[in-house]
Amino acid sequence: MAVCIAVIAKENYPLYIRSVPTQNKLKFHYTVHTSLDVVEEKVSTVGKSLGDQRELYLGLLYPTEDYKVYGYVTNSKVKFVIVVDSSNTSLRDNEIRSMFRKLHNSFTDVMCNPFHNPGDPIQSKAFDGIVSGMMVQTG
Amino acid sequence: MTVSQWELPPELCCRPMAFVALTGLDVVYNAVHRAIWDAFCANRRADRVPISFKVLPGDHEYPKCRTKRTSYEWYIPKGILKTGWMNKHLNLVPALVVLFYELDWDDPQWKEKQSECATKVEIVRTSLQGRNTKVAVVLIQKKTPLPPGEDLVASERAAALCNACDLSGKSLFVLPHTDHLVGYIIRLENAFYEHAQTYYYTEIRRVKSHKEFLNKTTHQLLFVRHQFKIAFFSELKQDTQNALKYYRTAYSLVHELRSHETNMLEIKTMSGFINYKICRLCFQHNTPLDAIAQFRKHIDLCKKKIGSAELSFEHAAWMSKQFQSFGDLFDEAIKLGLTAIQTQNPGFYYQQAACFSQERKQLAQQLCQAAVNYPSPDPLDTQSGGLDFYGQRPWRQGHQSIDPPDGEKEKTGILALQNKEIDVAHSELIIALLSNAVAQFKKYKCPRMKSHLMVQMGEEYYHAKDYTKALKLLDYVMCDYRTERWWGLLTAILITALRCAYLMASVKDYIIYCMELLGRASTLKEEQKGRIEKNFFKVLMNEVPDPEPDCDPSSVAVARSLWNDCIALAASNEFTIEVQDYIPFIQCKAKFCSPSFHIDQPIQLQVFLRADCPHPVPLNKLAISLSNQEYNQWCVVESLAQETMSLLPRATKCFNFRFVAKSEDVGKKIEVSIEVMLGRDNGRCVFLTWRGAGGDIASHHEALQATRSSRRWGRGFEMRPELDWDSLLIQHSTMIISRLPKLSVQLSHQPPALIHELYRISVTIESQEEGVAKDVTLTAGLKPGQDAILGQSTHVTLDGTKVCDDTTLALLPDVPLGDLNSGTKLERSVYVRCRSTGPRVFLFHVAYSIDTTVEGQQIVCKCHKVENVVTSLAQVSLLWMSLFEPLDQVAIDIPFMLMTDIFSTSPWPLVLASSCLQLLTMTSNTPQLQSQLEEVVLQTGECASECFCLRCPPLTNSNNTVATGQYLISWRRKPSNAGSPLIQTTVTLPHVILESVPLYIHADLPSFGRVRESLPVLYYIENRTALVQEVDMAVEPSDAFMFSGLKQVRLRILPGSEQRMLYNYYPLMAGYQTLPQLNISLPRCPTTNTHTLRRFLPQRIFVKVMCTDMHRHTPQSVLCECEGVKCAFLCPQPQGRQLDDISIAAA
Repeated sequence: MAVCIAVIAKENYPLYIRSVPTQNKLKFHYTVHTSLDVVEEKVSTVGKSLGDQRELYLGLLYPTEDYKVYGYVTNSKVKFVIVVDSSNTSLRDNEIRSMFRKLHNSFTDVMCNPFHNPGDPIQSKAFDGIVSGMMVQTG
Repeated sequence: MTVSQWELPPELCCRPMAFVALTGLDVVYNAVHRAIWDAFCANRRADRVPISFKVLPGDHEYPKCRTKRTSYEWYIPKGILKTGWMNKHLNLVPALVVLFYELDWDDPQWKEKQSECATKVEIVRTSLQGRNTKVAVVLIQKKTPLPPGEDLVASERAAALCNACDLSGKSLFVLPHTDHLVGYIIRLENAFYEHAQTYYYTEIRRVKSHKEFLNKTTHQLLFVRHQFKIAFFSELKQDTQNALKYYRTAYSLVHELRSHETNMLEIKTMSGFINYKICRLCFQHNTPLDAIAQFRKHIDLCKKKIGSAELSFEHAAWMSKQFQSFGDLFDEAIKLGLTAIQTQNPGFYYQQAACFSQERKQLAQQLCQAAVNYPSPDPLDTQSGGLDFYGQRPWRQGHQSIDPPDGEKEKTGILALQNKEIDVAHSELIIALLSNAVAQFKKYKCPRMKSHLMVQMGEEYYHAKDYTKALKLLDYVMCDYRTERWWGLLTAILITALRCAYLMASVKDYIIYCMELLGRASTLKEEQKGRIEKNFFKVLMNEVPDPEPDCDPSSVAVARSLWNDCIALAASNEFTIEVQDYIPFIQCKAKFCSPSFHIDQPIQLQVFLRADCPHPVPLNKLAISLSNQEYNQWCVVESLAQETMSLLPRATKCFNFRFVAKSEDVGKKIEVSIEVMLGRDNGRCVFLTWRGAGGDIASHHEALQATRSSRRWGRGFEMRPELDWDSLLIQHSTMIISRLPKLSVQLSHQPPALIHELYRISVTIESQEEGVAKDVTLTAGLKPGQDAILGQSTHVTLDGTKVCDDTTLALLPDVPLGDLNSGTKLERSVYVRCRSTGPRVFLFHVAYSIDTTVEGQQIVCKCHKVENVVTSLAQVSLLWMSLFEPLDQVAIDIPFMLMTDIFSTSPWPLVLASSCLQLLTMTSNTPQLQSQLEEVVLQTGECASECFCLRCPPLTNSNNTVATGQYLISWRRKPSNAGSPLIQTTVTLPHVILESVPLYIHADLPSFGRVRESLPVLYYIENRTALVQEVDMAVEPSDAFMFSGLKQVRLRILPGSEQRMLYNYYPLMAGYQTLPQLNISLPRCPTTNTHTLRRFLPQRIFVKVMCTDMHRHTPQSVLCECEGVKCAFLCPQPQGRQLDDISIAAA
């Protein structure tokens, strides 16, 4: 399960970042922020070759010693980033994909809320719930 | 142990090359030897064989070879690899010793020399006792050798020498000292290289042969050692594929060793060495993925092998080194042509190395605090000054059992290591690694990673107490995080920066960081903000701020004294901070109430201020500076001594300013910039300035969000009493525009204007001003900016009495009209003349000045009014049809008729005053009387025609076209007042083609005939050539006429003379009748025949029924119809009847 889940706006500022409370929050912020380099590079190269037939899931962005960072970009260029502990080898690519899909669905619900102003940080109990379900449960 | 303990030994990192020792060379005193040596070692290029040469004296002592072990049964190895081993085989034990000896084949003292050489060889052999090192002899000769086989003496003596020295023939070389030294040397070294390879091959075999004596229980270490040695020898042999294979086996063997706390370091050290070799060879073989995979495996295997907990910093250091050396290898490979990608580049390894160095630092801080005293005697001291085996502890070398032999020694040893670790400059190591990583990430398009690493560098500098460098780095990256709106990260960086600024007592930086930490971008909690705000005001009051939390106490003490110095210094108490690029805690927005103001209105400016900090902020002064400095005096708010202005947290305060613009600023833009002064004159003053009208980095996005927000339309909007800050829009400039004129300008005219016409446009100016409009000027004419051709073909004048000429301008600028009293009217006419058709836009611009009072100030206004008149001249005023038909050519000296049609397309009736024809070459056949069109009125679509009889005189030049002339018409509009001038329109008549006629025939006949009454017709035939012409002439019979006269005749006509032929026709039928056909042919001039001549003759005549005696005389002229086409010919007939008889008689 994830140790950090983030939603990044089109303009690359964070809309939502949640990380496991046991570890340094700032470190995850940096990890997510630096992963945007790879996201941007991937989006720009993929966009050129395939046009709009783009796969939203970007796959493993880069491995660090401690974490694996996965990326996903919606059609409106909102980015989802999931950070997984490197030691967690049981997670398969498919599971990561389904996590992103779930996240995307929930994000779409948030955007459909007429009281939500797109571009504002996400404050939604339902979204929180979905994210919590995907996070590592620390007892 | 020193810091360099973690460095890989240089003999491991270098590329192993076969070692060949050269003896018998005196490179210092012998020039020839020097040259030979230089040829061997100077400028070795990559294509030369990989050998490292060394010059050694002939009696050099090589390392002693230990006696070979016959049995390994009782042998217990003390370690994996001896520290000296690699160096020994790289630099001490040669694969080949070459003896150089000066000896020519024909040397007179051959015998003596040969035995001397043999002795020298023997000396070398003894010092190499037990080694497999080869020996070779090179004879340096002065003479060029003969080709092999020819010199019998040489081959015989060579055999003898080999025998004496106990050498094989392959080991004896001859080096003639001639011109081609380098060529000989290259051949020599290739031969040496072969010998060296054989040597290393036998060495490999030798080591391999040990294997069968080993057993797995006691000799595990030897398995690793032997594999490593084989691999290393393979490398020396330049067999890198096999070397890689053996290193890989060695690597797996090293991890099969039983590991425990006492040998953990040794295992890690060796596995690190072998891993380094494997990765290096993989990169060399251009299989970088293998290298990366091996490295990952290595790290995964070794990550958990921490070893002794008290020395866990050693593990971190070792890990850091592993990553760093891999990064170096990777970088090296890239320099040699490998391409790296964004997600796989050396930067990641340097970063990870830095990460482990940070961990090392932390561990060292935790573990080494107790180790204050260095133990004595030094447990790290060894007798030899170094270690026997790689990766062993100095106090228990060679010890291989699980438990340490001596617990007390172990403790002091660890203490000594911990004590040494304290002195390590960790921060320097970390910063060096980070800056390596930064350089890599810059290369591979990772700006955010770069920023992140720079933040880490900054933090490390902060820990290393180099605050200036720390601030420089942090300040550099802060703006990236600010523009990307990562407030959490920005706040974290700002906190570090604030600490640095505090510890350096850098007042301005301190103020800036405080401001930003208090601002809305900061994610700090209220109480932290409160503390910072308190500090901020302390600084403003020129007091020492409280130290930031978590600062090093000793540094705080230093900082205090620095701050005290700062306070003592009277200077530098004023700071101006451009806050636009930050997110300060005071926000400012200014707006002009309108994007433009008329000069007679007061300009209104609103400035909104808002504080985001938790406590109220006293405000000393708000000053606005405008682009015209003179207005600044009206826009200042200062807090008085008794009461201070203050901004309440999260409340918007609005300041309104009004001022009157100066008349010289009309048409100019006024821009605003804002300055807020905090603090007191007696303390410190901080001026916050906003360029433009406020706002900062974040406000643009906030405004955008506010416009998107649903709250704007919701009910919530009305419920909130105060302004919504985010939706406040900035209006940073205003235009000052001239006063609205109270003056009406009316134009009246009757479009369309006609071409060439003097078209009248009357302008009525009526003043509705209260005062007198002074100096009214009118600018009238073609509006500038239209097609340039229009400007040339349009003329504007004020004088309507006469037609203006082409020199008149298209625009009349500034026509003075005097003063205009309130309520009065002024009328003027402007005349326009256009020479071409098409729409035109005219401009009427009235300017005047007036004195008005705005808020008690006298100002002079300039007002103007622009009126556009679109005049269409699309219709041609007079459409010309000049009917020249049916003649396409005009015969010379034969009269013809010209008819003109004047067709009016004007919507207005036109009066034609006169018309006349100005002829050039032609002459009029009739005296020109008065124009036939005088005072004719043409309505729209009507046509007026006029007819002229012309004759073209014989031309002198050969040109067969001729210009006709011009047709002039004078006209005016019908309802116009009589005073308006006549307009003269000139039409240029077309050129005509001339034709000369050899024979001219014309008939003289009455205008009509009567049935049964004689009708005399006289034909004139004129010869216009210079030759006598013969003419055949015949009259065809006709049903309508009887006739008398010559029916068929042949005549001769002299040049220039004329022949008359009289016929008496007798009409038989009434009505239009075709005259009898006259057939004429000229045998000498076949081009002229009946058809060409017939056009000169009338074809038909009207025959009346009544037979009265009236009109016996024929009229002067007859208008005939010629072949049914409407064409006018005038046939002059001035002669009387008396001629008839003559011609008949002649006939």
